[in-house]
Amino acid sequence: MNERKIHTPLTRRDARALRAGDRLLISGTLYTARDESHKRIIDLLESGKKPPFSLRDQIIYYVGPTPAPPGEIIGSAGPTTGYRMDSFTPRLICEGITATIGKGVRGPEVIAAMKEYGAVYLAALGGGGALLQSCIKAVEEIAFPDLGTEAVRRFTVVDFPVVVAIDSLGTNLYERNKA
Amino acid sequence: MRTVKTAAIRDAVAAMLSKCTIDAEPFITDSFEKALETERNPVARGFLEQLQENYRLAGQKRLPICQDTGCDAVFVELGQSVCLEGDYIEDMINEGIRRATKEAYLRASMVKDPIKRGNTGDNTPAMVHYEIVPGDTVRISVLPKGAGCENMSRIAMLRPADGIEGIKKVVLNAVVEGGGNHCPPLCIGVGIGGSFEKVASLAKAALLLPFNERSGIPHIAELEDELITMINESDVGPQGLGGDTTAIGLRVLSCPTHIASLPVAVNISCHALRRATMVL
Repeated sequence: MNERKIHTPLTRRDARALRAGDRLLISGTLYTARDESHKRIIDLLESGKKPPFSLRDQIIYYVGPTPAPPGEIIGSAGPTTGYRMDSFTPRLICEGITATIGKGVRGPEVIAAMKEYGAVYLAALGGGGALLQSCIKAVEEIAFPDLGTEAVRRFTVVDFPVVVAIDSLGTNLYERNKA
Repeated sequence: MRTVKTAAIRDAVAAMLSKCTIDAEPFITDSFEKALETERNPVARGFLEQLQENYRLAGQKRLPICQDTGCDAVFVELGQSVCLEGDYIEDMINEGIRRATKEAYLRASMVKDPIKRGNTGDNTPAMVHYEIVPGDTVRISVLPKGAGCENMSRIAMLRPADGIEGIKKVVLNAVVEGGGNHCPPLCIGVGIGGSFEKVASLAKAALLLPFNERSGIPHIAELEDELITMINESDVGPQGLGGDTTAIGLRVLSCPTHIASLPVAVNISCHALRRATMVL
């Protein structure tokens, strides 16, 4: 399948070497955050406080999993739509995030930040919650437990499959017909 | 008069939701296999293979196909010779949803207020559509639908002069503008005619039709074929990253309309079309 294995943390230099269309298998750490948790992380940064995890060279995964059934550490855990986080992402990239994982298109402000600092947007299989769950080997809730499915979690993953949808040069697979 | 207990409706809703969020209809998994025979884009092929594995794992591990277990549309076709017995039907439908959410470990995805938000914690309430029909049975269908694709659905009030070309443009634009947000390969319900609210419910009801059949109205059947061909030539592809497989199913429902109107609605479902019907 031509997939390349990569390990976290992902430095800005590593991120700049990735190209749109690359198929990757990620092993290491992913931090989960979506709508409300993004708002809270940004609020912390704005008020000069520390975010719940060090952002440098880290990957954020947009996901709100289902509850874990008996015998599982987490339920279905596929990506949610990325554009809802567009207003928060440039700040997080500026603070050190080098990749975000979601599904669907991103806005120009996100792509501009990706080009400036060296970051990529990775597409995971939307509607692939059971498959992606099987790549998650450990789960730790690290912030905002009151948000339920939206809490920030640390996932330890092995061979988590993604495609580089937008790279740090701004090459955008969603816009391939408009080039 | 025939009596149907509303407790039986509750049980049917719970059973259908618990099953359809985990086990896909064969037509969906068959369509991935069929698409792999012709798909030329390597990224698309990779996603189609991952989809096959996802559906297999969901069934095997009893995990929802997708973590967005959806907002539940429930359709009640109530025979006019039926007498409902027991607690209020809509309370019992919602009780069925609560039960499925707990038993099948579904994600709580509904908020109490569209502006103030606040999770209801149990996926209630359902969006219930009632229809009084002839007969003495109750036909009940569930259609839990994720927001990624629901948010990419569209409605257009066209001019009659826009005609069939206008209709095609609305459907194609909805698919293309969705990018990958709606999680292609898609199942698409199209409504044509009626009024503003009617056309939206036609589009949603079209998602309950069998996708391996065509409309009984010849020119609508022809339109169904033309639309799906056009969509699959759009190169949106699985996840919006290109390919020959953008839609696996499309159905159209039409109805009479006003002399000055041509309403069109497109209700998009991701590949994970979850639905079930029972007759009581």
